Amino acid sequence: MRRGWYLLLILPFAGTLIPPLYNRASPTLFGMPFFYWYQLAWVLVTAALLGLVVELTRKDGDV
Amino acid sequence: MSSSAAILAIAVLAVTAMGFFAARWGGANLDNLEQWALGGRSFGTIVSWFLLGGDLYTAYTFIAVPALVYGIGALGFFAVPYATVAYPIALIVLARFWNVARRRGYVTTADFVRDRYGDRTLEVAIAATGVVAAMPYIALQLIGMRAVFAQFGTLGAGGSLPALTVAFVLLGAYTYTSGLRAPAMIAFVKDTLIYVAVIAAVVVIPARLGGWAHIFAVSQARLAQRLHPAAIYLLPSQYFTYATMAFGSALSLFIYPHAITSVLAARSRAVIRRNAALLPVYSLLLGLLALLGYCAVAAGIAVKDANSVVPLLFVRYFPDWFAGVADAAVVIGALVPAAVMCIGAANLFASNVFREFCPERSAVETLVAKLLTLAIAGFALLFIFFVPVPYAIDFQLLGGALMLQIFPAFVLGLWTRWFQPKALLLGWACGLAASCAMAYASGFAPNYTVRAFGGSLTGFIALYGLIVNLLVSTFATLLLRALRLGASIDSTTAGDFA
Repeated sequence: MRRGWYLLLILPFAGTLIPPLYNRASPTLFGMPFFYWYQLAWVLVTAALLGLVVELTRKDGDV
Repeated sequence: MSSSAAILAIAVLAVTAMGFFAARWGGANLDNLEQWALGGRSFGTIVSWFLLGGDLYTAYTFIAVPALVYGIGALGFFAVPYATVAYPIALIVLARFWNVARRRGYVTTADFVRDRYGDRTLEVAIAATGVVAAMPYIALQLIGMRAVFAQFGTLGAGGSLPALTVAFVLLGAYTYTSGLRAPAMIAFVKDTLIYVAVIAAVVVIPARLGGWAHIFAVSQARLAQRLHPAAIYLLPSQYFTYATMAFGSALSLFIYPHAITSVLAARSRAVIRRNAALLPVYSLLLGLLALLGYCAVAAGIAVKDANSVVPLLFVRYFPDWFAGVADAAVVIGALVPAAVMCIGAANLFASNVFREFCPERSAVETLVAKLLTLAIAGFALLFIFFVPVPYAIDFQLLGGALMLQIFPAFVLGLWTRWFQPKALLLGWACGLAASCAMAYASGFAPNYTVRAFGGSLTGFIALYGLIVNLLVSTFATLLLRALRLGASIDSTTAGDFA
């Protein structure tokens, strides 16, 4: 079932809308607290997931 | 005139010329509404990427998000999860809407609602919501521009109004002439300048301030000493606020008329789907800009109006000429969305209010839309002259809460005809009333504290309003169905959505 791939898109919601998961200082990256770089990282992860889902659910004739 | 002011003036004149020139793009007949308002529905992946990016990430975003982080710390960073989860929603909702809109020639969300529910009152309610929500949003673009103009000593805060007026009159003129093609063409310049300015800012400014670790440490200490203390992490009591602001804003982003207008200008469903995956690049930019708010805190910039922190950082850390480039990015960044917002609001009026008198699309309808674009731009300008800035921002927040109230009729309507139109109308009215009451009770803050069962939850008003709306729509539908009332005609077919 190709439409099942859309379920992957639940991940960004779970990853970013539950602040207690990431509301802390460490580990830092380039001096940036975890709270900040974690959420910035989700922007990229979400873009990648969207790219994957768009490709996997492509219909014939989509140009 | 300083070199930054000269560069800004040249950039604005250059994009004005582009705006007029855009009328020749594609050699279309601009008396046709779909040509004038939607660029002939011909934009491919790249043009759409620039246009949507230029349209959704407004100057106000670039000014206000850093200002918010500067002012309230971690809570202001909600814009990043907002600009993240908006895209999965966009992929699912917009691809489906694009299909039915293309199949049936819709220019607005209210066109769809009219066909889907066969209810004239609901159509006008949806259209009016869009127009009302767009107005303060356009006004905020002007506030973003004014924050830049006010930096120039020769102009000053009062003297920035003539510059603002000139820029907006030019905008009205080329939008009237070229329609959506003007902001689409200018978006290339805007987005390029924004990327250059932001990348330069996040490379240069943190390094000059001693690196991110130092910036966050200083910000933490300084925010705690403020009159209204803030922090670089959320308090547990802010978790719910943070999540509801992000989620509620994400739900409303793509139902604004300016977003819909740009989406319907896409050539194919695949263009929309691809852009859902490509547009988050702008969100990364937004996140980096948000952190400039902390750079301003660490740099010891103390201002009354937080909206000026970004232009002040440009002035302090960039050479004069490059500050001009960055300022031009913000000003052109305001012109692009303002033009699309004017077109989107005008479309709603021309297609869903005026069309009552004229059932077919016609050159007259296009002329009405063009004239309305001028009227809306003029009205937004007056708004800035007569409404103090803090109130303008309050209206924008309220506008967002109002916008979300079309969600059940429009977005849920893409999948189900279960709701009765009269029930949706009642739900819409109750959602609007509840949002306004909550906004008033909280002194026009974006959040409202609900107290029940001995606890309290502070959440985003727009989302609370939507919950009221959904509950009322559901119960009213059940009631109407039980009474066998309120049947209406659905002119769409299942095939229109596929």
